[in-house]
Amino acid sequence: MNLAELERRLLAAARLHQPSDHVPYGFEQRVRAHCSARPTLDRWAWWAGVLWRASAPCLAIVLFLSAWAWVAGAPNGANDSLDNDLEGAVYAVVDSTTESW
Amino acid sequence: MEPDDAELIAATRRGDTASFEALVRKYQPRLFATARRYAKRDSEVEDIVQEALIKAFHKLDSYRGEAPFEHWLMRLTVRTCYDFLRGHQRNREVTFTELSAAEQDWLDRFGRDPGDAAANAEAARQLVERILDELTPAARLVITLLEIEERSVKEIAALTGWSVALVKVRAFRARAEMRKCLKKIARDKYV
Repeated sequence: MNLAELERRLLAAARLHQPSDHVPYGFEQRVRAHCSARPTLDRWAWWAGVLWRASAPCLAIVLFLSAWAWVAGAPNGANDSLDNDLEGAVYAVVDSTTESW
Repeated sequence: MEPDDAELIAATRRGDTASFEALVRKYQPRLFATARRYAKRDSEVEDIVQEALIKAFHKLDSYRGEAPFEHWLMRLTVRTCYDFLRGHQRNREVTFTELSAAEQDWLDRFGRDPGDAAANAEAARQLVERILDELTPAARLVITLLEIEERSVKEIAALTGWSVALVKVRAFRARAEMRKCLKKIARDKYV
């Protein structure tokens, strides 16, 4: 069977058929009634909308702070200082216990 | 003298729903004809048109008046039809044995003599409708707009919101999908 010809003939038959544009009685009034009805607030949709709108400014702030930290650079000896601070924090309990004895 | 679209839109924006009703009355036949290409049941067609019109009412502030109101409304309707197709997607293949007697007869006649199959266009139309039902939503939309309504790629891009390149890719895939479906029917016929 010639599939290309079959496809062409089927599409030609579909083109000949125009769907009806009949409108049910009073349809426009039904639509108007829906539009006039007071919309009910969907709290979850509203909250999702707020979060979505907030995401862009938050991302911008994160990028700005990252860039600022990058440009400002870490002070000299910052790694050492960080090591010392960490060590001090971890052993703080032990030191204070020793001193209390 | 009847008010034009711009006046009706301005009045609707001021809260006059009677003006929106006039707009609906003017364009609803076209919207119904469009929706009937994608949905069969009357209740589904009415739901699609109603949803498109309610969307239009709520989004009327975003209509800038650069294009005719009818184009803007058609765009909303086509997108609503696409959402409907996606919501009612079926994943099954049509087989030759499922076809009606008239459709099988049309295919038989086409198999014997393609020229003879011109008669009984109704059976051919039912057959193409059945094949369109089996396509993916994007493929069905593209085939309907491009091959049946004979719209240009640019027009389809404007209606669907897809890029021109995406429309071309989807048209290529849609034709392949349709041919695969036809091949399946033809194979079943001779098994």
